[in-house]
Amino acid sequence: MGALLRRLGVYILAAWVALTVSFLLPRVVPGNPVAGAVARASQSGNCNAGCIKAIEEQLGFDVHKSLWDQYVQYLGNLAHGDLGHSWSENAPVGSLILSYLPWTLVLLGIATTVSFLGGSVVGTLIAWRRGTWADWLIPFATFFQALPYFFLGIVLVLVFGQTGTMLKWFQSLFGYDIYATTPGFTVSYVESVFGHAILPATTVILASMAGFILSIRNQVITTMDEDFVLVAQAKGLPTRTVIWYAARNALLPVVANFTIAISLIVGGQILVEIVFNYPGIGFHLYDALSKLDYTLVQGIFVVITLVVLAANLLADVVYVMLDPRARQAA
Amino acid sequence: MLGLAGESGSGKTTLALAAMRLLRAPALITSGEVLFHSRPIGGDGPKGTVDLLAAGLDDLREVRWSEIAVVLQSALNSLNPVTTIGAQFDDLLRVHRPGMPGSERWSRAGELLDMVGMNADRLRSYPHELSGGMRQRAMIAMALALEPQIMILDEPTTALDVVTQREILEELMGLRDRLGFAALFITHDLSLLVELADEIAVMYAGRLMERAPAASLFHAPRLPYTHGLLNCFPPMHGKRARMEGIPGSPPDLRDLPSGCAFHPRCPWALEKCKQAIPRLEPISGSGREVACWLHHDDAKVPAELAKADPRTEPRQRVPTLIQVSKK
Repeated sequence: MGALLRRLGVYILAAWVALTVSFLLPRVVPGNPVAGAVARASQSGNCNAGCIKAIEEQLGFDVHKSLWDQYVQYLGNLAHGDLGHSWSENAPVGSLILSYLPWTLVLLGIATTVSFLGGSVVGTLIAWRRGTWADWLIPFATFFQALPYFFLGIVLVLVFGQTGTMLKWFQSLFGYDIYATTPGFTVSYVESVFGHAILPATTVILASMAGFILSIRNQVITTMDEDFVLVAQAKGLPTRTVIWYAARNALLPVVANFTIAISLIVGGQILVEIVFNYPGIGFHLYDALSKLDYTLVQGIFVVITLVVLAANLLADVVYVMLDPRARQAA
Repeated sequence: MLGLAGESGSGKTTLALAAMRLLRAPALITSGEVLFHSRPIGGDGPKGTVDLLAAGLDDLREVRWSEIAVVLQSALNSLNPVTTIGAQFDDLLRVHRPGMPGSERWSRAGELLDMVGMNADRLRSYPHELSGGMRQRAMIAMALALEPQIMILDEPTTALDVVTQREILEELMGLRDRLGFAALFITHDLSLLVELADEIAVMYAGRLMERAPAASLFHAPRLPYTHGLLNCFPPMHGKRARMEGIPGSPPDLRDLPSGCAFHPRCPWALEKCKQAIPRLEPISGSGREVACWLHHDDAKVPAELAKADPRTEPRQRVPTLIQVSKK
């Protein structure tokens, strides 16, 4: 338990650092958010002192307060789940993010699970069959691993997407058909959501699975040289049990490296959402940035950080469950 | 018990693994046969002779562990680190004793641990929770689980400290007397073999070079290499003497010397040794075999290699259970 608690402490520290950075960032970048908002307000009439004061309060940029007081206020608001008010959507940032988050989490969750499990199975099999035709998969995996997510996304849209120019097999714009269906628990809506998820999910899976395939393959090959795999063979155990012995142990370092993988996947997913205009958190981050909606950007940044940290914590817990040696230290 | 001795890299482990067809790529068995003459201890199991190299995978799996078990040098690496000792017994018994119910498998595993002097509670332990000696005991218990006819012991005690080494060896000898398995004991420690083995075979550069009853080999070696090996052990008593050792170093296996691989280091090398590889052949009038031109034709045998066989009590010759030959 001790080790897990220590890890938890590290994550809390990391979360605090991330929150602080996201507080400081809009305050140090050139282009004061308040000035921007005042300029926008001025377009529809003169913005007097009261108007400026109102904008400052709305943005949490009370220039008459010290930075420290602003910081304390920011943390206090966060603790209450208050992430501020988005002017571009004219809604509380918290509820906006809650409406974006399911799109991202479901897509990300399914894509990562499929790519991790699929990658493990494929990686193990090509490791077991090394020196045969299976090795032909490796250059392809290396190729896909090197492809940037957004590029793969664009290619898939062009080739398979309905907004593309060639096959037009799959939906490639938005999270559902916004003209023909309305959100709700109707068959047509759910169908539409699935249809629209195919291409973005494929993009994330293709781009991330290659990394898992390669790392699992390498780990399994190293593990297969271990004596206990030899002994498992000498014991006359069936081949699948022997493979399981190797794979189960090869999985450990891969799970340990999952923390790095998940950050890459989340980063890639943001770009994929932009390519597909998918209504998740990444697309809205891009949207908010282009509108200079600082509160929304800040809120999304905080939430992404927390999601990544939570995924890392999960990977740590899984690792402790998988490895009895880590359990002993825990 | 047959002892197999030789320097590191002389091919002892390779030979043992090849006999069970466990060599890994890029290793390849090009020819030859490994004959397993099955004489089931309990009366059940396969009878007759099986060529392990020609056997199908399913037949091979039958023989592996249930008739021939292996104990490797490092038990730490031989046990799967992520499952309990009990689970590893269970995997084994479930495959080879399909009819055995779970509770019986568990109690059988407990008995086996008990047999090697471990508490049955240890079934719940993970390998990393056991000491090196305990792990090796657990491994030996596992090797005995199916009452094999042959145990291949590949330096089973090398990784342990001498006290534990002694304990485990005594345990092993006791078990062998009780259960009656034959053993192939691989080690570089010739003096250990003299104590344990009935017969000793010596390997050099991937070839079997001499094979003789333990006492004969120890007191009256016929092979220059064996003679050199024996001279490497300092006597515990008596006057101090300069150690001879064997001049030179083991040959590069990718680039073996022509003829007998030992000739560049052999003090008595003949012209013939540089040209032709000697075959392992019986020396007339004794139960021993040697691969050396000095014992051929009318070559003059040096006095060091011509000592008289010690008169040992006619020990019962061990039946040959496994026979490796190269075609």
